[in-house]
Amino acid sequence: MLSKDPYNLIITGVGGQGNVLASRMLGNLMSAQGLSVTIGETFGASQRGGSVMSHLRISSEGAWSPQIPAGGADMVVALEPIEALRVLARYGNPKVKVLANSRSIYPVGVISGELAYPSLDDVKKWVAELSDRSWFIDATEAAMNLGSAIFGNVIMVGALAATKELPIHREAFGQAMEAAMGPEKAKKNLKAFDIGVEMVGG
Amino acid sequence: MSIAKHPAGERRLYMGNEAIARGALEAGVSVAAGYPGTPSSEIIETLAKAAKDADIYVEWSTNEKVAMEVAAAASFAGLRSLCIMKQNGVNVASDFLLHLAGSGTRGGMVLVPCDDPGALSSVNEGESRHFAKMVEVPLLEPADFQEAKDLTKWAFTLSEELRSLVFVRSVTRLSHASGTVVPGEIPAPRRDAKFTYNGFILDPMEGPVMSAPVTFKHGQQQEKLKRAEEIFEDSPFNTYAGPDNPELLVIATSACWLYAREALRMLNAEGKAGLLKLATTWPLPRKLVKKHLAAAGKVLVLEEVLPFTEENVKVLAQEAADEIGHKPILGKRDGHVPMTGELNPDLAADAVAKALGAQVPEVDPDYKTKAGQYAFFGAPNRDLTFCPGCPHRASFWSIHNTLAADGREGFVCGDIGCYSMAVLPSGFSTLKTLHSMGSGTGLASGFGKLGPFGLNQPVMSVCGDSTFFHAALPALVNAVHHQSDITMAVLDNSGTGMTGFQSHPGLPTDALGNEVPAIDIEAVCRSLGAEVRVTDPFDLEKTQQTLHELLETKKGVKVLILRQACALSPQRKGKKDFDMEVDAALCRGEDCGCNRLCTRIFRCPGLVWDATAGRARIDEVICAGCGVCASICPAGAIIKKPVSAQAA
Ligand code: SF4
Ligand code: SF4
Repeated sequence: MLSKDPYNLIITGVGGQGNVLASRMLGNLMSAQGLSVTIGETFGASQRGGSVMSHLRISSEGAWSPQIPAGGADMVVALEPIEALRVLARYGNPKVKVLANSRSIYPVGVISGELAYPSLDDVKKWVAELSDRSWFIDATEAAMNLGSAIFGNVIMVGALAATKELPIHREAFGQAMEAAMGPEKAKKNLKAFDIGVEMVGG
Repeated sequence: MSIAKHPAGERRLYMGNEAIARGALEAGVSVAAGYPGTPSSEIIETLAKAAKDADIYVEWSTNEKVAMEVAAAASFAGLRSLCIMKQNGVNVASDFLLHLAGSGTRGGMVLVPCDDPGALSSVNEGESRHFAKMVEVPLLEPADFQEAKDLTKWAFTLSEELRSLVFVRSVTRLSHASGTVVPGEIPAPRRDAKFTYNGFILDPMEGPVMSAPVTFKHGQQQEKLKRAEEIFEDSPFNTYAGPDNPELLVIATSACWLYAREALRMLNAEGKAGLLKLATTWPLPRKLVKKHLAAAGKVLVLEEVLPFTEENVKVLAQEAADEIGHKPILGKRDGHVPMTGELNPDLAADAVAKALGAQVPEVDPDYKTKAGQYAFFGAPNRDLTFCPGCPHRASFWSIHNTLAADGREGFVCGDIGCYSMAVLPSGFSTLKTLHSMGSGTGLASGFGKLGPFGLNQPVMSVCGDSTFFHAALPALVNAVHHQSDITMAVLDNSGTGMTGFQSHPGLPTDALGNEVPAIDIEAVCRSLGAEVRVTDPFDLEKTQQTLHELLETKKGVKVLILRQACALSPQRKGKKDFDMEVDAALCRGEDCGCNRLCTRIFRCPGLVWDATAGRARIDEVICAGCGVCASICPAGAIIKKPVSAQAA
């Protein structure tokens, strides 16, 4: 079921983007299929504009360290583009794959004009150079078209499913959503999931 | 579905803190109390959500000492009780802790302190384990998620067998990480609480509960520890994997066991090194540890924060030297493992590799250099800042500017909460001291008495509403009583914002959602005799005027309550007061004489400097619509429009 055991997935973003919820959603999905999932998170800065990361170890064996060893990521999902670069510096390796939301969130230092934020083209070029494969999608834009930025992370989950790196199934996702929030909201989330799948071209 | 409803035997993904909560429920806990603090808070939150289903009582107490007392009362009445706090909370509770260890307990009572190695969300790297040794009670340390549940549950049994409080120590990487757990059964709720006190004075179950007569009780306590050691010798929670005579014995506790196991795999060293997971860390099961020491060539201890187990093992190795011979023991004391910061699989692998003379596998150095460079240039740092629309940014803006205008080098003593960030530029570097809960006002009380020694700077302190009740109140009483000349700003954002809106005595709802009497901070301060003013921090002008007046004209203790709800609070989150806009025609950009007060100094993430246009701009997705920045701009370029007008 897994291309590598443990499969090491890092979800990164900025505090307030829903990193923790996204990692839990994925963790629950894979745990429900009988896989052992260990998730390590950085919480402290979660709502105060800091960089945040969740480490997911997906395994058929049992618990792993909640921190992935340096150079050990198999897939990086970045909810904000430059966060992918930050994660690759420590956890990247030539075989890593990267899926990134292209919508930027500026650090305070950039807002105040003290620091510079790179162009998206540069970020894409650098990430491509540092990875085996990479995908950049504007999940926030697509989510706003769907009615709210909250759907951005579900779109990212759909996109991740479409990379076929992990056993994430549409039906299982739909069922989990329905159990958690009822049929009405589940439908909308399933739509977001499908949009994500399409954006990666699954 | 609350955690109490999860069926036994069904695999779940639990956060370490949820696993601890479930373990307590499976032990039949009746009462749980604590004070919020990262990384411990989700234990009480989880239990509070499950309280109805499980028929238990859960509270956020005023501070950690009170929490421990509330939980102990349940134990004295024969019930099982749980008490939780972050590492430094144990310091607050420690006076009662010492006496509770002496008096003993009745119903099973467990204390879960959650330490924060590396201070990921703390202003200290405190250790709670030494308290267990110091007050002489048993200490357990779970190493993974299933064990966090199982060990918590068993701790209650142990507590009842010994009639002693038991520590279950967690760490951030366990409390805030998640893993697979299989829940067990939850027993029926208890309804037989009774406090018995008429028995013989020395009877632990029927007499009065106290730590006197001291030497007698102290002796009993040490007997309990001996008994604990015997029980620990055969505990299934201590496990060993590896060769019979390992070249290297790694003794690992808590999350370090997961790091150590991964390190041994990374190095392919499982044939040479053995791994002893020690879950019962105080008192040490001496026979068990001795047996493993005797079989090993050398020893490496992996643990987080201070070398607690390392030192205990070293004492044991010395005492048993005749039996087991000399064993080199590597760890923190000799610098083999870093003395500060948290560990991780890489640091564990380094330590094992150094001990075995092995090599840690490395990522291609060219890749690492390139990735490092791209991150350096392409990923500018994200400094922590107050949320968009946070009342603290406005409060500190006013405090900072008023003190600057006053010109007497006034300063502010800080305290613990989101507002601690005001030591940073995001809070205009307003805070000049930062220690423990309530210490800002205590320090201010002391500074305020230094006038006769020549100190003529205005003295201020800040504290949040939860902190006010926790420990600032005694300091305020002290300042009033001793006529210290200080101004205390209470940042009343109606909730424990930092840790996620837990209840506190100033609020009308408790942890269980019940309506409760709220204690009015303003009335408390007035009744103490302080000069009290209340303003809305979003009204910058009035706040600054009021503060100026307090600093200039009043003597003694002055309290300025800055009342405005946290931007993330349920009543404000997602609701804008205003639609904001920068009028590009009015904004003078870099030419403005203000030196870009708006984006360079005030720095709300919702107000962005658009370098290409040379103008400030509102980011609508991020702006919380509080309207404060409109009062900052000297050119009146930032405009607030009523939200309704736009909607119409
Ligand atoms: S109105 Fe101004 S200060 Fe308030 S959140 Fe928006 S940008 Fe920030
Ligand atoms: S304070 Fe006003 S005029 Fe000055 S730079 Fe900011 S928006 Fe422009």
